[in-house]
Amino acid sequence: MITILTDQQPLHVTPAGPTDTGLWLTRDDVTRATGFELKPEGLCKGDICVPLPRHGTPLVDGSGAVDVAAFWRHMGQPVVHDEARTTWVLASGARERAAALETFEAPDFRLPDLDGRMHGLSEQRGKKVLLATWASW
Amino acid sequence: MWQKVYEDFKDRGFTIVSVAMDTPEAARRFIEAAQPGYLTLIDRDHHVSALYNMLNVPEAVWIDETGRIVRPPENAGWFDGFRKRNRTTGEMPEVEAQLMATAKTVYMDAVRDWAANGAASRHVLDAAAMSRQLRKPDDDIALAHAHFRLGGHLLRSGKDAAARPHFEEARRLHPQSWNIWRQTHSRNEMGFASGPEFWARVDALGERRYYEKVNIEGMP
Repeated sequence: MITILTDQQPLHVTPAGPTDTGLWLTRDDVTRATGFELKPEGLCKGDICVPLPRHGTPLVDGSGAVDVAAFWRHMGQPVVHDEARTTWVLASGARERAAALETFEAPDFRLPDLDGRMHGLSEQRGKKVLLATWASW
Repeated sequence: MWQKVYEDFKDRGFTIVSVAMDTPEAARRFIEAAQPGYLTLIDRDHHVSALYNMLNVPEAVWIDETGRIVRPPENAGWFDGFRKRNRTTGEMPEVEAQLMATAKTVYMDAVRDWAANGAASRHVLDAAAMSRQLRKPDDDIALAHAHFRLGGHLLRSGKDAAARPHFEEARRLHPQSWNIWRQTHSRNEMGFASGPEFWARVDALGERRYYEKVNIEGMP
């Protein structure tokens, strides 16, 4: 069992292959972890399809399992893992984050309050919102 | 610090979302002591820092009724006076205390002006000014946040030793981030990451600010 951390909740999955060369997940787990679905045109999420590279090491095997780490890097997004290769982070890349900010649309997020109740920034839509950070340290 | 402006304008289409770049354990006593009426959220993985490319606290973003940013992340009115504090006695030179008070007042007045006047406020930035002021993340910053996220998860899973190299890598990749540095650095008995290494790092700034200058008229 390994743990995959994305912008959503941590996901615990059994990899579809050894993790020493990549992060192979079954077709269904790819979708659970990333929202991308394997289709004839590539890996797709909503209207966006990322074609698979035609050359080099394949990202998909005969069973439809995908090396998600290689796919993530193919999209120019960071992948990091611990030394044991049991915890993986599929993060958002700088290009995606910068492009989001350049639209001036406030990036949405969901975070817990002290009691663990989740709140989304977009629930405040219709008001002027001062989003302010602080820390104890 | 925001309670007054919140109370004064909460019935006029204005609210505050406060986000602690912190663990719930460390943030709890401050929130319970302040009992603010506005939303207080806990961001132990600094997700908001990564999304908005923030560097320090306090920073604030102004977001209008439609969800559009009208002032990008910036220092929320703090001034570097603490650097002139006598490090033995804790004494603050009067002139620095004055500048700190001025910075806070100028920022708070700007927030109040926006809370009252919305889009008509002179502190709302147009697209050109927004673009100039917006800090965009680069690859190292994005990678730093990924390492920080991994380190945080490992730490919470009891794997302190496994977490450490990822925190170090996050600090190395994103040296401008005080949020990452202080969150991942050892604390004193008061819970502050303000030991000799912190001061050495602050001193190394030289003429550069710890709290960056805010682009509002009258700001020291």
